[in-house]
Amino acid sequence: MGHQTPLYVEHVAAGARIVEFGGWDMPLHYGSALAEHQAVRQSCGIFDVSHMTVVDVMGPDATAFLGRLLANDIGKLAQPGQGLYSCMLNDAGGVVDDLIAYSTADDRYRLVVNAATRTQDLAWLARVADRDDVVLRHRDDLLMLAVQGPAARRLAAPLLPDGVGAAVLALQPFESVYQEDLFVARTGYTGEDGIEVVLPIPAGIDLWKALTVAGAVRCGLGARDTLRLEAALNLYGQDMDAGTSPLTSALAWTVAFDPAERQFRGRAALEAQKAAGITEKLTGLILEDRGIMRHGQRVLTPAGEGVITSGGFSPTMDRSIALARVPVAAEGLCQVEIRSALRAARIVRPPFVRHGRVLVE
Amino acid sequence: MSHVPKQLQYTKDHEWVRRDDDGTFVVGITDHAQQQLGELVYVELPEPGRTLKPGDALAVVESTKAASDVYAPIAGSVLGVNPALASEPEHVNTDPYGAGWLVRLQPAAAGALPELLDAAAYAALLDAAH
Repeated sequence: MGHQTPLYVEHVAAGARIVEFGGWDMPLHYGSALAEHQAVRQSCGIFDVSHMTVVDVMGPDATAFLGRLLANDIGKLAQPGQGLYSCMLNDAGGVVDDLIAYSTADDRYRLVVNAATRTQDLAWLARVADRDDVVLRHRDDLLMLAVQGPAARRLAAPLLPDGVGAAVLALQPFESVYQEDLFVARTGYTGEDGIEVVLPIPAGIDLWKALTVAGAVRCGLGARDTLRLEAALNLYGQDMDAGTSPLTSALAWTVAFDPAERQFRGRAALEAQKAAGITEKLTGLILEDRGIMRHGQRVLTPAGEGVITSGGFSPTMDRSIALARVPVAAEGLCQVEIRSALRAARIVRPPFVRHGRVLVE
Repeated sequence: MSHVPKQLQYTKDHEWVRRDDDGTFVVGITDHAQQQLGELVYVELPEPGRTLKPGDALAVVESTKAASDVYAPIAGSVLGVNPALASEPEHVNTDPYGAGWLVRLQPAAAGALPELLDAAAYAALLDAAH
């Protein structure tokens, strides 16, 4: 048996099928992952993401520490309330994890990192912090919910305290509001509008219940995976890991080489990779034949061989889609080896679906 | 709790087998199997005429999460497959013993069938697994 979030009892009572994920017992679905997927694309779904790791960073050296830790530039956060997606890299330029860093006050930040990588992430943070004057506080006393879909903010706002609800309706993407113990950011992992809410456990359980009463559909990891694949949002451990570079993981846009004097971990390795030439890219595939593409399958292109990093079924497109790491020059038609048969596929520019609309031909 | 119809026979791999009056066999996956797999989004069925030994991969059923093989419960050749599943694989979830059937087989030879489980034995197997 794995760790359980404070909402575990609610999930079981709601009929969830529970699976192990990254050491946690989490809902896979509550009856139909496909219906949950559609709810997020069309109205509003809620996910218990309390297995994610929240770390508060504070102290006089907090900004300098994050400037060394993150491949993206923490200096882009001009004021409290703003957020930034970034990788943290090892010295070989491999991805230790991806995360969102939120500025919450002067010299204070909140990091949200992945569940399955918690132990090594916390160790890496402590190692990079070294002799910095910072305090790292792992907030396992909080609950985290994702409320996602075109109706998400409209549904959630009236259930939040006065002031916060109005602020949530006014948030720009990646902005957050932090009042007392309640943190709300306009972020998510679905390709739809929505918010992620971090709050104390009793208030979180109440909010979860209130959202279901208000009509939000409970969603499990099954829908979370199909939604993020359609939105072409990378999954750590599958689409990138400690052995892959952000420059071959469709994450070059998250690496800030400017300012040139900022010495972040992994910078030298990435500069060497750029100088030597980037030979691979992470891109999208649509299967033209019947079947379902899966992680690990071979991709044959005229420019050379590649591999599927995430594959599956797109409920919105009613066909199989995938993310694949292929030679940089690969484009157009290719083949995927599915269970020892070669199937026709096509390389496309992701994302596949955003804001309820199919974006690829 | 999953449904185990009395009149069918079963394999330990969660296939069901029905012998029709004309001597042919219809094969599908059990209610328990479809529950474990979750909602199916793709079913790959064999070409008619293919000959199979018991235990050969007969079909592939894929849910949003994973792909699983379905094995031939008897030796035989493929007479036909369920045409509806190409566009509506969800029949396997909603009616695994009826509209969700997979393949019709012509048995290789008359005579003794391999060891299939009756409903009571299959239900006992499911109970033991819990």
